[in-house]
Amino acid sequence: MTGARIAHNRPVHVKLDARDKWFHTINFIFLGLCIIIIAIPLLHVVSQSLSSPSDVLNGRVTFVPVNFTVKTYGYVLRDKNIMSGYRNSLYYMAVGTAIFVTLTILAAYPLSRRDLFGRKTLLFLFTFTMLFGGGMIPTYLVVRQLKLLDSIWALVLPNAISAYNIIIARTFFQTSIPGELYEAAEIDGASDTLVFFRVVLPLSASIIAVMVLFNAVWLWNMYFDALIYLNTSSKYPLQMVLRNIMTSAQVQSAMVEATGKVASTEMLALTEALKYTTIVCASVPVLALYPFIQKHFTKGIMIGTLKG
Amino acid sequence: MAQSSMPHVQSGSAAPAKSRHTRFVWTRISRHGQLYFFLLIPLVFLAVFKYAPMFGLQIAFRDYNIGLGVWGSKWVGLKYFRTFINSFEFPRLLGNTLAVGVYTLLVGIPCPIILALSINSCRSRRFGKTAQMMTYAPYFISTVILVTIVMQFLAVRGGMLNNIRAMLGMSSINLMARPGAFRHIYVWSDVWQRTGYGAVIYIAALASVNPELYEAATIDGASILQRIWHIDMPSVLPVAVILLIMNCGSIINVGHEKVLLLQNPLNQETADVISTYVYRIGITSAQYSYSSAIGFFNSVVSIILLLTANFVARRVSETSLF
Repeated sequence: MTGARIAHNRPVHVKLDARDKWFHTINFIFLGLCIIIIAIPLLHVVSQSLSSPSDVLNGRVTFVPVNFTVKTYGYVLRDKNIMSGYRNSLYYMAVGTAIFVTLTILAAYPLSRRDLFGRKTLLFLFTFTMLFGGGMIPTYLVVRQLKLLDSIWALVLPNAISAYNIIIARTFFQTSIPGELYEAAEIDGASDTLVFFRVVLPLSASIIAVMVLFNAVWLWNMYFDALIYLNTSSKYPLQMVLRNIMTSAQVQSAMVEATGKVASTEMLALTEALKYTTIVCASVPVLALYPFIQKHFTKGIMIGTLKG
Repeated sequence: MAQSSMPHVQSGSAAPAKSRHTRFVWTRISRHGQLYFFLLIPLVFLAVFKYAPMFGLQIAFRDYNIGLGVWGSKWVGLKYFRTFINSFEFPRLLGNTLAVGVYTLLVGIPCPIILALSINSCRSRRFGKTAQMMTYAPYFISTVILVTIVMQFLAVRGGMLNNIRAMLGMSSINLMARPGAFRHIYVWSDVWQRTGYGAVIYIAALASVNPELYEAATIDGASILQRIWHIDMPSVLPVAVILLIMNCGSIINVGHEKVLLLQNPLNQETADVISTYVYRIGITSAQYSYSSAIGFFNSVVSIILLLTANFVARRVSETSLF
């Protein structure tokens, strides 16, 4: 999008001299290499997931599926742990996103109002947490004291306030909603709450979309909080299930390597292939949405950094 | 992100002696009473989940006992800080953390700039756009999946690296088991995942360059490389300095999420960093006071690094965070 604008602005009538031709060739090759480097591992995973397990284990698969099969997808879809992980992740993502976005907007709207008394002090209270925090253990103890351990609330509530998100939303409100609007509303006798629901919210669809996407992706990809706060495996989100599959498969293959026993090769092959299939299944929701959400992410980054 | 985010504390809520002034403040507050009501729930969350843990940090100076609670436990001063600094693990942990942190910084700052300059000077609009979109995609992959992909890539059996080595007639190697390879694996997988994301902000900065500058330079006979050096570079530099300062603060906060997943008994020698140690001591062995002390030490060092970087940047380049 930005490359486009500049390409247009550049004078096209000027003939390229030889040096610039060289530059463009090298630049073209460089960008091509970048694309290939990004694509290879992804392609590798997808083709492994579509190949027969024994070919995967013996390293016969590189970019193209060998002995094409979707059998492993059937196993994944029937696996109890993976399916419960999927359900949990979706549930945590939905509840978490709703809470995160509501709290972010609730904090950002008043902080964007220039006529709020004590605004700078309040803002400082939020931004200070970007610089300094209690850290892993004191936060854990607070969560434990509130008896939130081993529940969805341990994952959602401690992370609900993010100073970074609040600053992005606040900057958006400040730059896109003119102060005269508030003055006019005040003269008309509209309360701040009414102004918020009737004027501010309808104008903020784009920032809400950005916030929903930021937080939904973050929640979907989160694993560390689940690792420290959850003990019951039936409550694990998908990323935790995946981590456990990964570590157990690692142990298994190390055992086979060490003992040289091939008794369970078939089992091992299946675990290996399942790993790839699970990777694909776990990233599909995000990557499928990616072309649509990329624009919003870019926008969010720009609001948060340049205009901030 | 944080340029405007660190305002100096103002005496907004200072209690004035005069009652007239008090009444004035009260009118200002009550006129927007509803706005304070909006802030109520976020402030409660802020207090409970951000500020309560900060007060809880005092267990780093106490012998924390669950029965006695935070305030009732015995005060022991700097005992745990001394234990940590004198422990035989300290030099190794600090060395590993700084090595990974500095390496990440040295590679992580220039890569997105190079990519952004390259995309920005790409002549085909479509191709530049495709490159931007492709390089941005890995950012959406979770840490667990990234690490799984890395491990599969390097796997002894069926991993792509060893497949290629076999094709070239070389013997297979297990990089995950080599302590010497850990830092490179960590840093370069990070480059793979974050370069496209990091480039976005520079591309935005380049989009705001006045096109007349390019035209003038072209008429004066400047080559593309000269235009990049004299027009593009100065416009991305302030952004780079800000990011550099912020990342200096996080040198010591090497992400425990990824390191924890990449660790195994064989590469522990270089893969053990302070934040994973805090996790192991605190959550796994439940030594709350000791691990809080280590975490506190970590935070203080990172703030010192941030402030130092900010100070140096302000002196040298006139760009700074605050």
